Formats: sequence, structure tokens, C-alpha cells
Amino acid sequence: MSESAMGQKAFKSQLKKYYSFYTGGFIAFLILLAVAEQMGMSRQWIGYCFLFATIALYAGIGIMSRTVDPAEYYVAGRRVPAFFNGMATGADWMSAASFIGMAGTLYLSGFDGLAFVMGWTGGYVLVALFLAPYLRKFGQFTIPDFLGERYGGNIVRSIGIFAAILCSFTYVVAQIYGVGLITSRFTGLEFGVGVFVGLGGILVCSFLGGMRAVTWTQVAQYIILIIAYLTPVIWLSVKYTGNPVPQLAYGQVLQKVTEREKVLTNDPKEIEVRNILKGRADAANANLKDADAAYAKGKADLAQNLSKLKTDNAPADKIAAAQKSVDSYPKDVAAAKGQWDKDKGLAARAAPPKPHATPFPGKDEAAQNTARLNFLGIVFCMMFGTAALPHILMRYYTTPNVRQARESVFWSLFFIFLLYFTAPALAVLAKYDVYYFLVGSTFADLPRWAASWAKVDPSLLSITDINGDGIVQLAEIVLGGDIIVLATPEIAGLPYVVSGLVAAGGLAAALSTADGLLLTIANALSHDLYYKMIDPSAPTGRRVTVSKILLVVVALIAAYVTSLKPGGILFLVGAAFSFAASSFFPALVLGIFWKRATKWGAICGMVVGLGVCWYYMQLTYPFLGGSDANKWFGMNPISAGVFGTPLGFLTIIVVSLLTPAPDKKVQDLIEHVRYPHLRGDVSTVSN
Amino acid sequence: MELSAKHKEYWHKNLVVTAILLFIWFVATFVEGWYARELNAYTILGFPLGFYMSAQGSLIIYVALIWFYQHYMNKLDIEYGVDEGEDQ
Repeated sequence: MSESAMGQKAFKSQLKKYYSFYTGGFIAFLILLAVAEQMGMSRQWIGYCFLFATIALYAGIGIMSRTVDPAEYYVAGRRVPAFFNGMATGADWMSAASFIGMAGTLYLSGFDGLAFVMGWTGGYVLVALFLAPYLRKFGQFTIPDFLGERYGGNIVRSIGIFAAILCSFTYVVAQIYGVGLITSRFTGLEFGVGVFVGLGGILVCSFLGGMRAVTWTQVAQYIILIIAYLTPVIWLSVKYTGNPVPQLAYGQVLQKVTEREKVLTNDPKEIEVRNILKGRADAANANLKDADAAYAKGKADLAQNLSKLKTDNAPADKIAAAQKSVDSYPKDVAAAKGQWDKDKGLAARAAPPKPHATPFPGKDEAAQNTARLNFLGIVFCMMFGTAALPHILMRYYTTPNVRQARESVFWSLFFIFLLYFTAPALAVLAKYDVYYFLVGSTFADLPRWAASWAKVDPSLLSITDINGDGIVQLAEIVLGGDIIVLATPEIAGLPYVVSGLVAAGGLAAALSTADGLLLTIANALSHDLYYKMIDPSAPTGRRVTVSKILLVVVALIAAYVTSLKPGGILFLVGAAFSFAASSFFPALVLGIFWKRATKWGAICGMVVGLGVCWYYMQLTYPFLGGSDANKWFGMNPISAGVFGTPLGFLTIIVVSLLTPAPDKKVQDLIEHVRYPHLRGDVSTVSN
Repeated sequence: MELSAKHKEYWHKNLVVTAILLFIWFVATFVEGWYARELNAYTILGFPLGFYMSAQGSLIIYVALIWFYQHYMNKLDIEYGVDEGEDQ
């Protein structure tokens, strides 16, 4: 056994010791806070404790891992053991959307939401089979590095830089948004302040120690986020099924939910509420046809009603009510239009409950088939996008060797799987609670969690007695997806400290992903653009300094964009996957598996992939001026990668065959990455 | 450098195992997804089968595929003498 192998072993056992100690410490911290809560610590202080304790912890790891050495800064010195790299990748991968949003999406869209569960796990099969071991053998710092070396020239590298930034930036904005939301909700700080507190946590870590600090922080964040996710779900599962393994137990709960759906679909009270909603939506639609006339008529009717009541000497309360409806009538036609546009949306609530376990519901065969196509389209884009997002692929540069890179993909998916495997169970358990206990309760005596959330944040939960019978009907509940994870501890009847834990978990998920993404963007600019293209003779110290400065600049720009609260953010995140799938995936995979792929093939392929994606989104996404009517095969704009990826492959193949084959040097490079170890081979590893 | 016949055989075996695993991945993802409605007629562990596969079954298959790949390839490396030796 060589000396370095001994060192690596000792390092690994030391890491195990540290992180076991850390996990124990974290659990002790939880118990301590739980005791403090019993002794009367206020909720706000529990929120502060979680926020500041965890951010201080991440900052501490960042300070301990500070470095100016490029190999340490860019790839954590390439000595992250497979198991720990798996955890770090898990945290890197699971964003605020996975942690907080996933179970909610599954609650709201039932089977169709599973496209994300499948896509975000199955993509790792592609990472394992096509990318991770080969990129590790290549062993440089970034993904554009590989493209630049394999295809030669700065054009491919530049397209790589552009695509890496395009995919990562929209994603990082969504993470910072999540950070602001969580901190403001659980501590009462303002959204903007929350953004900057979170940003401080992100920066102190990645700024000081680059990939090295980010890696060790991500491992710590993974441990917090998985404890935070599993604890309340296990509790909820015990409460409703008596079985502490929710993933096995929720089959029977799902059956009960399905039975209840049938009852609620035909319940006369439910139908009554749905008809009222439908009536309002229809009226809004009719009004919108000739808004000016409808506005004048509505106003005149109300005024007439009021004066009639007055002349008839009607009871005072009736007159007051009529006066109120006159006063609350929209001020002008534009305001009335806004109101009617909103009411138009009530049509969606007038539909009977969506059957949770039924794939691709639709009114007829054609609608169902389109739903199926879109389901598979999302699965496709999420999978190929996963296998092409630079902040994930970069993580496989950090293992000690090819063997561990392969093992580390297994650990990555295993750790990610723990959460994604649980989310569908949580969605069903929460639905069970809502369908059986919230529905049918009286407005005077709502379940405690529902009453408190409806008061705190109407965008997450609002219940209005539409038919005035004093009893909650399913159609009277409007529920924002995020509440499922946020309110689970209260639904399960756990103390507030667990709610704080869930917030800390969501924060860990958002921060860890933001760290990885910011580093990707800063590295693309400092390493690929500055060092490789502008000033190849820059000394190592300056390269790292440039990267750190860029990191701060990018972070500030991202925080600024976030503070504008841009709309359509979820669409942008989905779009990032389509862009990554169409630009990177074909060029990377053909670069390894097809020696004949040429520089111009890659250039054209990446441009066509990106271009087709952009073109399709513009054609079909309303925000970009497109319309539904332009869809190809009814495919939604978020799945533009379904067209971009195959066309990218096709273009690379056709153009490559039309251009001369790559030279001997490139052929040798390809041989080099295909074998973990060749005697007498050259090394491409950068230090 | 020139590759020996043994090296070429190694790469060939790698391609074969990659293709087989990719095929299983394809069936577990797209074929399963396409026929999810039909699969729901069967029940497993109290779940409709189509739902179960998309929520859990396919995920378990993905984890197993990656485990098998790393296990198989790491052994193949040693067999063909292209392994990296002890951890370094």
C-alpha cells in the first residue's frame, strides 16, 4: 500500500468520525431546543436559533476550509471519498424546489407529478453510464474544459461557457428566492433582509474555500436536510397507519384516498359548491366579452338595488349590505377586468377532485394521450438535463479516481432517492388528512394546523364558506403546494421545534444548491474565460482571486434579480433543464463515445440544440409571445428539450461526417478517457 | 499509444454492458410510463402497479442499475489490467 493510499484511508476514517460527531451534536441541539420550547421559548426565537446556528455552522466550515490553491479551490483537491461526494451531490442536487415544492406538486397533480420524481432520479443512470467515469479520468476543472480540449479551439469553449451560465443563473435566482422566502417566513425578517442573510451564508463558504469548502458544507447540509424531511413524515405515517416505514405503508392510505375521491365527486354539497364556482366563472367570461357595457350595467344594477331598498324602507342590515357592495364595486373598467380575469380561473376549481393514482386523466382519448406525451416529455427533459447540468457533473471531478467516481454516482442517487422515494408518500398522507379531517369539519372548529396557516398566509391556504352551510367542502379549499411540507409537522401534531427543523432543512437545500451553482458560474468565467482564453499566463494566485471576485459579483447580481421577484420563475428552472439537455448532452456523450465527432459538428450541434429550444419556447410560451396553437404534438414549452436534444445529436453526426476526422492527438485523448489506467499514457489531470 | 487487442475487448465489453443497462433503463422509464394506465389494473403491496412503478419501482431499478454498473466495471478494470491500483 502506498503512502498516499494510507493517507486517503486515514482521511476517510477521520471524516467518518467528524460527521458522526456532527450528526450527534445536531440531534443534541434539537433535543435542547425541544426542552427550551417546553420551558416557554417563543416560536420566533426558535426560528432565529435555527437560522443563525446553521448559517454559523456553514460559515465555520467555510472558514476552516479556506484555500488559495487552484486544485483545492476548483475540485477540492480531488480527494473526496465516493460516499461523501455522494452526500455532497445529493445536497447540491436537491434544491428548495425539491425539498419544499415536490410533495406539494405531487399533492396537486397526482400521478402526473411523478414525471419529476422519475426524471430527477433516472437522469443519474445516464450520468453513471455516459459521463462521470470519463470526466473524472479527463480530470480537469470545468465542463467547458472538456469541450475545449476534446473539440479544440475557443469557439466550442465559449458556447460551453454561455450554456453553463444560461442554465445555472436562472436556477440560482430560484434558490436565492427560496432562501428569502424561508428566512422571512420563519423569523419574521423582511424578504429582502432574508435574501441578504442567506447570501452571506452562501458567500462566506464558497468565497473562502471554493469547491473544498462547498463540498464539506454540502455534506453537513445533506445530513440536516434528510433528517428534517424524514422525521415528520415518519411521524405522520405512524399516526395514520401505525407503520414507521411510510414508503411501504401508504399503499393502504392511497386506497382510502381513492375511495374518498369517489365519494367527494358525487357528494351533493360538493356539487353545489362547484356549480356556484362555475356560475361565477361563466359570468366573468360573459362580462369580459363586452367589458365596458357589463361594467356600466353592474354598477347601475347595484345602485338601483340600493335605492329601491331605501325607498322600500328595508331593514338596516340589508341596506348596509347593499351599500357595501356598491362601495366595493371595482373603481373602473380596468379594475373590473382584473377581477373578472381572476374569476375566470375559478373554472379550474369547479372540476371534481383529480383522481390521485390515475395516470393522464383527460376528458377524452385524445386529451389523455396528449397528457401521456407531456408526461414522458417532462421525464425525458429532466433526465437528460440532469445528466448535463454543469454543477452536478463538476462534482465528479472531485473524487480520488475513476473507480470512486463510479461508486460515487451510486451513492449520489442513493442519497437523492431517500428523499424522492418519500415525497409521494408524504403527498398521499397529507391528502388523507385533508380529505378525511379537514373536509367535513365546521368553520367554527377547523383543525388547528389549518386554522393557523389560513391566518398566516392565505396564498398557502385559504378556505371560504362558498355555499354558506358552515361546513368545509373540498371545493372551498385553495391550497398552495408549498404548505404540504411546511405544515406536515403541525398536521402530525409535532412540537414547533420540528417546524423549525423543516425550515432549516429547506434552507440547507436552497443554500447548498446555490453554492454549487454560483461556483459553476464563477469558475466558467474565471477559469474558462479569463485563464484559458484571455490570460493563459496568469499566476495561480491571481486565477483564484479573480474567481473569488467574480463569485461576489455574480452573487450580488443574482440577489438583485431575485429582489425584483421575477414571475415565471418555475418555468425558467424547468427551461434550464431543456437547455442543458439540448446543448451539453449530445456534445459530451458523442465526444467520449464517437471518435469521429469533430469540432464543427460540436459547434453546430450545440447551437442547433440551444436554438431549437429557444425557438420552440418562443413559439409556444405565452410569456414570450407564443401561443398554445403552435405546439408540436401538443408538447408543452417546458419540454422543448424533447426536440432540441435529438436534433443536437443529429446535427453533430451529420456535420462531423461532412468535415475531416479529428487528428491523432484528439484520438489519443479519447482513448485516454476511456480507460481508467493505461500504462505509458499521458496525464491530462490539472493541478 | 497503441491499444492491444485486450484493450479493445475491454472497451467492447464496456459498450455491451452500457447498452444492456440502458435498455433496462429505457423499459423502466418510457415503456413503463407509456403503459402506466394499463399497468394500473394490477395491484402490488396495495398500490396500483402503474402508480407504484412511477413513484417507487423505477427508482429502485435506477439505484440497482448504477450499483451493478460500478460493481461490474470496477471488477472488469482489474480483470483487464486497466485499474488504478490502490486508492491514491
